[in-house]
Amino acid sequence: MSLIEVRELTRRFDDIVAVDHLQLFIEEGEMFGIVGPDGAGKSTTFRMLCGILTPTAGNATILGYDLLRESRKINKHIGYLSQRFSLYGDLTIDENIEFFAEINDVYNFKNRREELLEFTRLTPFRKRLADQLSGGMKQKLALACTLIHHPKIIFLDEPTTGVDPVSRRDFWKILSALLESKITIVMSTPYLDEAERCGRVALINKGSCMAVDTPLQIKKMMKGDVIEIVCDNIRSAGKGLKESNLVLGVQTFGDRLNVIVENAEHDFALIEKHLKKTGIGITDHRCVAPSLENVFISLMSREAKNSLETIRDIE
Amino acid sequence: MKTIIHIIKKEFLQIRRDKRMLALSILAPVIQLVLLGYAATTDIRDIPMLLVNQDRSSVSREFVNQFVNSGYFVIKETVDSPNQVDEFIDNGHVWLALIIPPDFSKNIESGKVATVQLIADGSDANSANISIGYASQIIGRYSQAIILNSSVRAQMQTKPGKVVPEVRVWFNPELKSRNFMVPGVLAMVLMIITMTLTSLAIVKERENGTFEQLIVTPIKPYQLILGKLLPFVIIGAIDVALVLVVARFWFVVPFRGSVLLIFGLSGLFVLTTLGLGLFVSTISKTQQQAMMTAQFFFFMPFIFFSGFTFPIENMPQIIQYLTYIIPLRYYIVIVRGIFLKGVGVAELWTQALALLIFGVAILTLSVMRFRKRLG
Repeated sequence: MSLIEVRELTRRFDDIVAVDHLQLFIEEGEMFGIVGPDGAGKSTTFRMLCGILTPTAGNATILGYDLLRESRKINKHIGYLSQRFSLYGDLTIDENIEFFAEINDVYNFKNRREELLEFTRLTPFRKRLADQLSGGMKQKLALACTLIHHPKIIFLDEPTTGVDPVSRRDFWKILSALLESKITIVMSTPYLDEAERCGRVALINKGSCMAVDTPLQIKKMMKGDVIEIVCDNIRSAGKGLKESNLVLGVQTFGDRLNVIVENAEHDFALIEKHLKKTGIGITDHRCVAPSLENVFISLMSREAKNSLETIRDIE
Repeated sequence: MKTIIHIIKKEFLQIRRDKRMLALSILAPVIQLVLLGYAATTDIRDIPMLLVNQDRSSVSREFVNQFVNSGYFVIKETVDSPNQVDEFIDNGHVWLALIIPPDFSKNIESGKVATVQLIADGSDANSANISIGYASQIIGRYSQAIILNSSVRAQMQTKPGKVVPEVRVWFNPELKSRNFMVPGVLAMVLMIITMTLTSLAIVKERENGTFEQLIVTPIKPYQLILGKLLPFVIIGAIDVALVLVVARFWFVVPFRGSVLLIFGLSGLFVLTTLGLGLFVSTISKTQQQAMMTAQFFFFMPFIFFSGFTFPIENMPQIIQYLTYIIPLRYYIVIVRGIFLKGVGVAELWTQALALLIFGVAILTLSVMRFRKRLG
């Protein structure tokens, strides 16, 4: 039995289906990433698993407890870090940790608090009001509060969104240390580069799961090659290629394009010709290994194409 | 039980940090009491009056002195012609004009009927009524004195008979409207503080997202509700004590009843206000919304229809029935009764029962609604 088993979990808000028959199996001690664009249903899933939202349909078992019937037993062993900072801004770091310790029935919290403050390097700021902390420090404080009662699982909803790169690296160091202490971490992120640090990831779109595997395996799922192209006028080049039938997918980055094609050698010549016709010259190109981001976009466009074909079939 | 105490402890820590909230909960009641204690009085003194004395005799001067010495009237201006009255009434400089015609003293001395004219500004009907009432009293007393004098002068053996009513007002013998208003302020303060602060404190948690954090802990809903409500019961009790002290020792309002009883019955009233505060918190997304909802849907009708400002007996019959669903109505009767009449449970049990029923019903419904929102 998996530590977390999510079965057919569904949540509707009026006529919007935020989470659609989601299935997930998460094992003990792993760092599991839930990846998807904004509005994919990541937060809704977390809120259901933490007992904040009631599912419209489906159920889950966490640590062997039934989510719908035994949520209070589950709450004793989980920690939840929500997307926005949600601690008491008018209490100090110490007071926030103390309060969350007390309401979790942890009475000998003093040693644990020292440990967590040390661990998150917040000790020098302990008397400061939470409202006066930087974004990164707030996030670390929130993490400390979720860890005060020695949870077995922590749910982190986009923990690094809006946090500066240095603090983000700090945060990841803390998470790896936690993983060593056998805590199961379930986190969501819109950043695919972050997801590559997870043991396994689930790619979520429109409330359902497109793929679950290790980042490496997921990257192998992608058919075709990725060519990185450096050229002038990247935006119109990308737009032109998207409209042509030459490529499976195009992603524009600041100074380059990632183009997904079936066969790099064969298709590059065609692309070069197409761009030249519109007056765009290629400065440089090379084949690159697909990133999780490439996979995600190709999966999404494949899905879109499939559904388009289904519609055509019906017609 | 421990969990509840932890939540209460946190709540007070937050109230202490939030200077505005602290001022609102302790200072505001006292300020409100002082303002209303001085301002919310329907006693009228020093009414500005215009004098048109066309008689100019010692008799008419003596007559005018009756007005001035009564303490109710102040002569703002003296003019010669009644034509000027319009001007002074129009610009609101005076509320009342007293016109003494040229033949005033002649008529009195010759034993005829002397007439004077009173012109009042009726745009504030209440004040006009009261000033005319005072003026009529003064004139009545004056004419009685004339009759007495003339009979003495005529050396009649039998004095004319006279009926003098000996009016005795119970409970508020000086008819000070302050004695009537200040106990009402106690009710208002208790209502506003407990209802607003409760709803604000809960909505604040929702606004900041801390509510979700609490749901993920093993806290039980009843612990959360009690932890959020009890701090404001304590603050409410402090406010009642504060208002009692200021009312008794600063405004010297008589307090004839039992302090214990007023605290006990306030406890019943607080069930209603906490319930409504909880209810407001379930329908508001932001603290502003909570504030507005509490003000417009609860404070205003409560204040207008509870008999705090306007006597219920003067309202149209239908509105009078409506006042029975205003819980503040019963509490106002209780507070005024304990303050001024010193009544006890025997006289107040119907009001107490009404408060208990309202309180339990409102609180139960709100708790149910609140718990549903949690899940």
